Amino acid sequence: MSKVVRKEYYQYMNELQAVDFVLLELTLYLDTHPDDAAAISQFSQFQKRKISLMQQFESSFGPLREYGNSPIGQTWSWADSPWPWQV
Amino acid sequence: MWIYEKKLQYPVKVGKCDPHLAKYLIEQYGGADGELAAALRYLNQRYSIPDKVIGLLTDIGTEEFAHLEMIATMVYKLTKDATPEQMKAAGLGEHYANHNVALFYNSAAGNPWTATYIAAKGDPIADLYEDIAAEEKARATYQWLIDLTDDVDIQDSLKFLREREVVHALRFREAVEMLKDHQEEKKVF
Repeated sequence: MSKVVRKEYYQYMNELQAVDFVLLELTLYLDTHPDDAAAISQFSQFQKRKISLMQQFESSFGPLREYGNSPIGQTWSWADSPWPWQV
Repeated sequence: MWIYEKKLQYPVKVGKCDPHLAKYLIEQYGGADGELAAALRYLNQRYSIPDKVIGLLTDIGTEEFAHLEMIATMVYKLTKDATPEQMKAAGLGEHYANHNVALFYNSAAGNPWTATYIAAKGDPIADLYEDIAAEEKARATYQWLIDLTDDVDIQDSLKFLREREVVHALRFREAVEMLKDHQEEKKVF
């Protein structure tokens, strides 16, 4: 639990949180404005960015999602610390 | 189903032990207008609301669980190293007697969370107005919590959560308009 968390963890995490925030905001917006083509195209653009950021993060720090939604790597690291409230 | 993601929605930085602040913040964990009540309120309403707004209730309800995790992180970090003396001094002696420093779903005044915090009327307009009111009350609570602390890091996370309530209330208002338009369309023969 008191494992040292590398500086890069916070950098990647912050970037991912920023991109995910855009996608979440656009999701709620599109739920009430489903015909906004510009918003849909912005969503697709940020989704590409998210996929690449997730891949970068997961190759260094392990899977972000369980149940087969993230690559698991050679050893089982899903259950490893740190959990989000520990960093 | 739901997929867990091993990340907070927004960073929570806590650099000190402050059980007194944790005692206030728990209002948004297990209080009447807190994040648990919000998540359960919206996800529960989905089954009896018109299809047009189920997506919005699902997405906002899911985001509320991310907020619940942020509040839990604040409370956890503010209390994890607290001594029994510090808990007592913060008015958390009663909490410590039952829970040690474990989190529990209760309000700042110590009332346990109850399903009576949630309304489900089965009337789409009544339910959405309930949701708008819930968001506005949560926004106000976040403001009072911001006023109660001078910790700039905690204030930063609380301000993020306060702004999310503003956006949710706006989206629910739009959902009401969508349903009204829909109802009017149906009346045209």
